Amino acid sequence: MPEELPPLGDKVYLDSAAAVADIPDGAVILLGGFGGVGVPENLLAAMADHPARELTIVTNHAGFGERGLAVLFRQGKVRKLICTYAFHKSAFVFREIYMAGKIELEQIPQGTMAERIRAAGAGIPAFYTPTGVGTQAAEGKESRGFGGREALLEHALPGDIAIIKAHKADRLGNLVYRGTAANFNPVMAAAAPLTIAEVEAVVEPGEIAPEAVHTPSIYVNRVVLGENLELRSEA
Amino acid sequence: MNSDPKLEAAALTPGDIARRIAREIPPGAAVNLGIGVPTRVANHVEPGRGVMFMAENGILGAGPRPAPGEEDWDLINASREPVTAVPGASLFGHADSFAMIRGGHVDIAVLGALQVSARGDLANWTVPGAGKGGIGGAMDLATGARQVFATMTHLMKDGGLKLLEECSYPLTASGVVGKLFTDIAFIEFTEEGPLLREVAAGLTAEDIQRVSEPRLLVAGTIGTLTREPEAAEPGA
Repeated sequence: MPEELPPLGDKVYLDSAAAVADIPDGAVILLGGFGGVGVPENLLAAMADHPARELTIVTNHAGFGERGLAVLFRQGKVRKLICTYAFHKSAFVFREIYMAGKIELEQIPQGTMAERIRAAGAGIPAFYTPTGVGTQAAEGKESRGFGGREALLEHALPGDIAIIKAHKADRLGNLVYRGTAANFNPVMAAAAPLTIAEVEAVVEPGEIAPEAVHTPSIYVNRVVLGENLELRSEA
Repeated sequence: MNSDPKLEAAALTPGDIARRIAREIPPGAAVNLGIGVPTRVANHVEPGRGVMFMAENGILGAGPRPAPGEEDWDLINASREPVTAVPGASLFGHADSFAMIRGGHVDIAVLGALQVSARGDLANWTVPGAGKGGIGGAMDLATGARQVFATMTHLMKDGGLKLLEECSYPLTASGVVGKLFTDIAFIEFTEEGPLLREVAAGLTAEDIQRVSEPRLLVAGTIGTLTREPEAAEPGA
């Protein structure tokens, strides 16, 4: 951090703990990542040291191993998980607390989850999708035919807070992702009034060419440089 | 019912099934491969065919796994394995990825199956009972890809049938399977019903019918599914 006053609009926080300090009990948190890639692991670690409880977490899968999201499950901080894949063998902590009846689960198709979050960020209250027709995913949902093909009404899925990961940010919160680490992060950035982005590098405004920005700064409220990077795939 | 020694002796290996599936992939196709046998299909598609493998976590143009020590851990497929990006590859987030899938831009999804019904219903994400499996991208892929190829062993380990009149497991999508590749048969789903196109060497159409619940139509000329030594599979 510079010694003089930060430039107008500087969104960089000192550390992960400061960035998540005001998350309240009962928050709906959109959590980026897919298979250990693009997971804001330092922000997750800060949540483990944070008192907020009764959280709803929206994320691709039910965590893996004993780290990251699994720590929050163990701590009993998560009331409900909304995800696309709940019972991977690596998500044994989730399985244990789910089987003990200590957490609620809503499992939805991956593309439907991505689009529900996208819709929330794009001001679309609901949409129809053919995915899930004739399956358990259709239970309790309004269905309608379009051009002879059935589709399900799905509602936007906004969060109170998005906790995401990007490769690089400038101080204004413009984000760049790397490899397949974008995954849910860009749609989540737009779908919550408070978006906190963990990054591997912070640069000055202008250092990311405008046409190279993946997530425009308007969606990002806080940026924090990740202290450690340990969660990786195949765990 | 116990497994049948005649069928067991004729059964293709996973590598054989993957090789057969690869032959059904036209040049230049965009293909999504599920986990297990489907992933191995990539080993049998020559690079010169211009096939682009897409993974729903955000890559079109996924290449082989890099050598140990050269993995880029920001670059994985949907099975969470490190991959490479071929020349001409592109990267994108989940909303774009599933728009690509749901929008019918992916030519073929090759998916593992637990059960397939007479009219091509696919069950592949869970079995009855709490705490099993996950939906992941399967429902979107099965619904959105232009063609769905399913693969499974023809029978359960205890000899139970998997090609059924109606699936008993929760469905992934209805009426979507175009081609089914098992360890003993290749079946195409037509307007008239499931059509037996090829059988494993040493078996007859009757052998396949005996372990299939729906009445199978039989192609005028039945082809033979052949086995090759496992060593012939590169990169497995």
